[in-house]
Amino acid sequence: MAGTVTCVVCEGTVALPENCGLGEILVCGDCGTELEVVALEPVRAEEAPQVQEDWGE
Amino acid sequence: MSRLRILYSRLRAEEKQLFAAAEAKGIPCSLEDIRTEAWRIEPNETDVFLCRCIGHLQNVSVARMLEAGGARVVNPSAVMELCGDKLATSAALAAADIPQPAFRAAFSEEAALEAAEQLGYPVVFKPVTGSWGRLLALASNRETAEAIVEHKAHLGAAHQVYYVQSYVEKGGFDVRAFVLDGRPLCAIRRTSGHWITNTARGGRAENQPMDAELRSVLERVHGAVGGDFIAVDLFLTRLGWLVNEVNDGAEFRNSSAPTGVDIASAVVEACTDLMKREKRGDKRGLKRSATLCGTSSPGA
Repeated sequence: MAGTVTCVVCEGTVALPENCGLGEILVCGDCGTELEVVALEPVRAEEAPQVQEDWGE
Repeated sequence: MSRLRILYSRLRAEEKQLFAAAEAKGIPCSLEDIRTEAWRIEPNETDVFLCRCIGHLQNVSVARMLEAGGARVVNPSAVMELCGDKLATSAALAAADIPQPAFRAAFSEEAALEAAEQLGYPVVFKPVTGSWGRLLALASNRETAEAIVEHKAHLGAAHQVYYVQSYVEKGGFDVRAFVLDGRPLCAIRRTSGHWITNTARGGRAENQPMDAELRSVLERVHGAVGGDFIAVDLFLTRLGWLVNEVNDGAEFRNSSAPTGVDIASAVVEACTDLMKREKRGDKRGLKRSATLCGTSSPGA
């Protein structure tokens, strides 16, 4: 999947990776905000949740 | 036709690699965000679930629901629970007489300090749950340990179980080894100038050849902990290998390139074997397979 999404914090343009999926994390190159892809058609991203205590391997 | 259902709650590189590997091999597969559906137990004959949720509690919870109906889950929830609790893991390793750094458990601030004194400084305070080196604290002396313990007292109930481990002088590296279906698959050496060598914190990865001794330790770890796909973290000391931690939700994005092993492909192949066993009804003692309601929502 090509294309872009708009950063919800700074309104910068963030490129989408190939095969972008729900739950994927993008980093805004302008402001550094972590964004989570929450919808695909059309693509929509929100601020990603903070890392939780039980996240990891 | 049975499917491989990869469950996740945050799409990491590993989940995308697993899905791509399954597609490349023509394995019927779906990639499902568990947050998009309400789940209930529902019979299903043959699907295998690869649980890859980033949150331990959610991963265990969805696995338990699936297993309640008899579904085959990778890894089984019992393995997730064991690996998700560092103290439980250490206890299981100790029961199997597998070498590991000396450790103590304590349940009060005073006892935690006593544990550190017993082990001798430096020591490492670890949360019993957590990953990526998060909230690990190195105490080189009594004063530092007192500060750490005082801070932990304000971090909630999970931090009132004090896991205190002897600091191991590991020569600037540790080893991450992958065990698939009970067999050592490959290993990397993680090097860092920081005392925490996790690649999630910037540690560099290179191939670690697996000799007979390392393979033997890994097979013993699998015997003690179980699991279809686990990642074992070890230190190499003058006394030999020490097992530091065992991970049930292994991240491997930094490991395939240095080892030359396509880990994602190996994992989905192992899952395919499980799918064949499910189809044959060879459940290795597991109950009849079942799945949850919840429409798949491939994200890639």
